[in-house]
Amino acid sequence: MTRSLLTGNGAAAWGARLALSDYVPAFPITPQTEIIEKISRWTERGEMDARMVTMESEHSMITAAASAAASGIRVFSATSSQGLLYGMEMLYTVSGWRAPFVLVNVSRGLASPITLEPDHNDIMAARDCGFLQIHCATCQEVLDSTLMAYRLAEDQSIRLPVIVNMDGFYLSFTREPVEIPQAEKAADFVGEYDPQNIRFRASSPVSQAVAVLGGAPYSYFRYESHIAAQNGIAVYDQLRVEFAETFGRDYPAIESYCCEDADIVIVMLGSFATKAQVAVDQLRKTGVKVGLLRPRLLRPFPAALFRELLSGKSGVAVVDQNISMGLGGVLHTELAGALYGQADAPRQLLSFIGGLGGRDITLEEFFEIVSVTQNAVAQQKTPPPRLLYTEQEMREMRKLQAAASVERNELNNSGAETNG
Amino acid sequence: MAEQSVSIYRSMKDLPSTHLLGTGTPMCAGCGGLEALNQLYDIIGEKSVFVNAAGCMTLLSVYPFTPFRGSWLYTAMASAPAGAQGVRDALDILIQKKRMNPDDDMQVVVLTGDGSAYGMGLSATSAAMERELNFLYICYDNEGYGNTGQQFSAATPHGAKTATSTGSAGYPGYKKDLFAIWAAHKPAYVATIVGAEPVDLARKIEKAMSMKGPRMLIALSPCPTGWDFDPKETVAIGKLAVKTGVWPLKEYVDGQVQHTKVPRERRPVEDYLELQGRYRHLFEPEKNVRLISEIQKRVDDYWSNVED
Ligand SMILES: Cc1ncc(C[n+]2csc(CCOP(=O)(O)OP(=O)(O)O)c2C)c(N)n1
Ligand code: SF4
Repeated sequence: MTRSLLTGNGAAAWGARLALSDYVPAFPITPQTEIIEKISRWTERGEMDARMVTMESEHSMITAAASAAASGIRVFSATSSQGLLYGMEMLYTVSGWRAPFVLVNVSRGLASPITLEPDHNDIMAARDCGFLQIHCATCQEVLDSTLMAYRLAEDQSIRLPVIVNMDGFYLSFTREPVEIPQAEKAADFVGEYDPQNIRFRASSPVSQAVAVLGGAPYSYFRYESHIAAQNGIAVYDQLRVEFAETFGRDYPAIESYCCEDADIVIVMLGSFATKAQVAVDQLRKTGVKVGLLRPRLLRPFPAALFRELLSGKSGVAVVDQNISMGLGGVLHTELAGALYGQADAPRQLLSFIGGLGGRDITLEEFFEIVSVTQNAVAQQKTPPPRLLYTEQEMREMRKLQAAASVERNELNNSGAETNG
Repeated sequence: MAEQSVSIYRSMKDLPSTHLLGTGTPMCAGCGGLEALNQLYDIIGEKSVFVNAAGCMTLLSVYPFTPFRGSWLYTAMASAPAGAQGVRDALDILIQKKRMNPDDDMQVVVLTGDGSAYGMGLSATSAAMERELNFLYICYDNEGYGNTGQQFSAATPHGAKTATSTGSAGYPGYKKDLFAIWAAHKPAYVATIVGAEPVDLARKIEKAMSMKGPRMLIALSPCPTGWDFDPKETVAIGKLAVKTGVWPLKEYVDGQVQHTKVPRERRPVEDYLELQGRYRHLFEPEKNVRLISEIQKRVDDYWSNVED
């Protein structure tokens, strides 16, 4: 078994290559660009038998990706942040075409203010678009999930595009030892692309993505996509077993860490969950019964599995790396929806927002999160959602503001002098 | 010209007498865009996939009906050329990897209105030409956002009344020169057409079909609903657009622009304008001589620069 040092971006590119993608429409954006650069080198040298085309926008990129998939070939594409949002109209549009393909999103915070660093607001904005979503925490997982994503997308009972999500910088640019599966083994696992009846051929003309008149046919097709997405739960579970048998790595829909006997459970997505894992280890040493759940599958939402895993727990802390203005954390509300009214549901479900724009979540903060949750359980009183921010950070921010106002005053004064 | 003498379409009697495009579409009676499409489709044929952007023609294919014998893909308002890129690339890949019989190949045709072509989709179109995409682009130009109720677009002519230019001077802007913008990309072919000139139209689509690369057509599309005229006048208005010189019929090939039908004695633009409700404010309650002369002057200036 050979392992190579790969970044998350490199792992995603390997996933596309090993899945024998035929076509890669692309558009550059930090921190995703390395994926398409790598693929372009491979295609130029003939190491990957695919055609790459650089489009002029992500809106066009997603249109081209889905149109090619709808013509009957296997497609890969990648984007991030502003790019994902620029293509948003097409994310919603093409999922309804039922033409499967895989899109990697490298999560990055959204403007404003503009930043390059990661959080999950980009991918959360796409949560209702009809693409299934797999969230990764390691570079190995990025590669493996890309292979699994093709199986999921192309499954007879699903036929929907899938997004594989990783965090910018933390995964995209971090090198980790990754086992690159054998080409034949990966090809066998993914299988040949079967376009079924979704393809364009002169001898069998079809109309795809046609308009409907009225709410009844519209609802029918929308419900069909929803039901197909939900089929993803069962399909994923089978796939996971097959993947584990083939490659020896097991990826449950929700990764559960030290949860079995836990009273308090932290729920988090993506690579920042590995920080929470360290906190769990430390707290366990001091006797605190705390665990961690990290959903890999976000769409379809594994609600039943969440209920099962959280049944009988006393408190849950959801740490959202996103913020829905005027509401709070998205994952928190989704979990509340899944747990509400369940007999053995945890009594306390707390919301924390952190890690926005790459802001770290420190070990101490995780300790605090757990302690606040324990208090809530003890007092049977849920505190309002908490926005993680330290006094130190506030002081630094105040300094920046002070510097900004000094600059502004100087400008104003010098302006007054010359005008005066 | 040499290439035109080989055309099989010399006169009306050479044109197909039965049409390939099905009837019973929800387009308005007298739709000039549908008139052009009907003629184009006869020559493009059923080995085609139409990639459509949002507009009136989107309603040609409403589940579960379509007037097309070939294939269809609706995309969105801005990205039909990108859809064509995906389809074309996929077909090429399938043929190259021997996963599709080359007989199953198709002509990839973008079909959009002017709102999409002159505006929202221009970036995608420009990029498709840059990449020398092998496709046909048909823009049916009804000079406004027709589907949403004929608000002005970048294709609306100066002085025309639209749902968003209702004042006595009509639309204050000027129609964008899409032909020149497209031609500046040096694609294989660019042409203007109108359904009221079927032989000219047939020759141009025939020529476009014989070429590879980006082949771009702009069809002036008299629109009874948006331009406010009696549907039976569609052909007359189309002919007048040519005879007054308002709509020059031309083509771009190999860096050269040729006019394919030069109106020797141009009729006054008034003849064209007065048939259409969208210009009624130029004639009532009193004649707006200044604006009409301005429109006439722009047409005259255009033709004074055209070499015979
Ligand atoms: C992104 C987006 N914005 C707006 C619309 C609404 N819309 C639908 S059709 C249309 C007009 C299109 O105009 P044009 O391309 O000239 O075609 P026509 O309607 O005249 O056939 C508009 C604005 C849309 N479908 N998508
Ligand atoms: S509004 Fe105009 S372009 Fe649209 S269908 Fe009616 S006549 Fe044709």
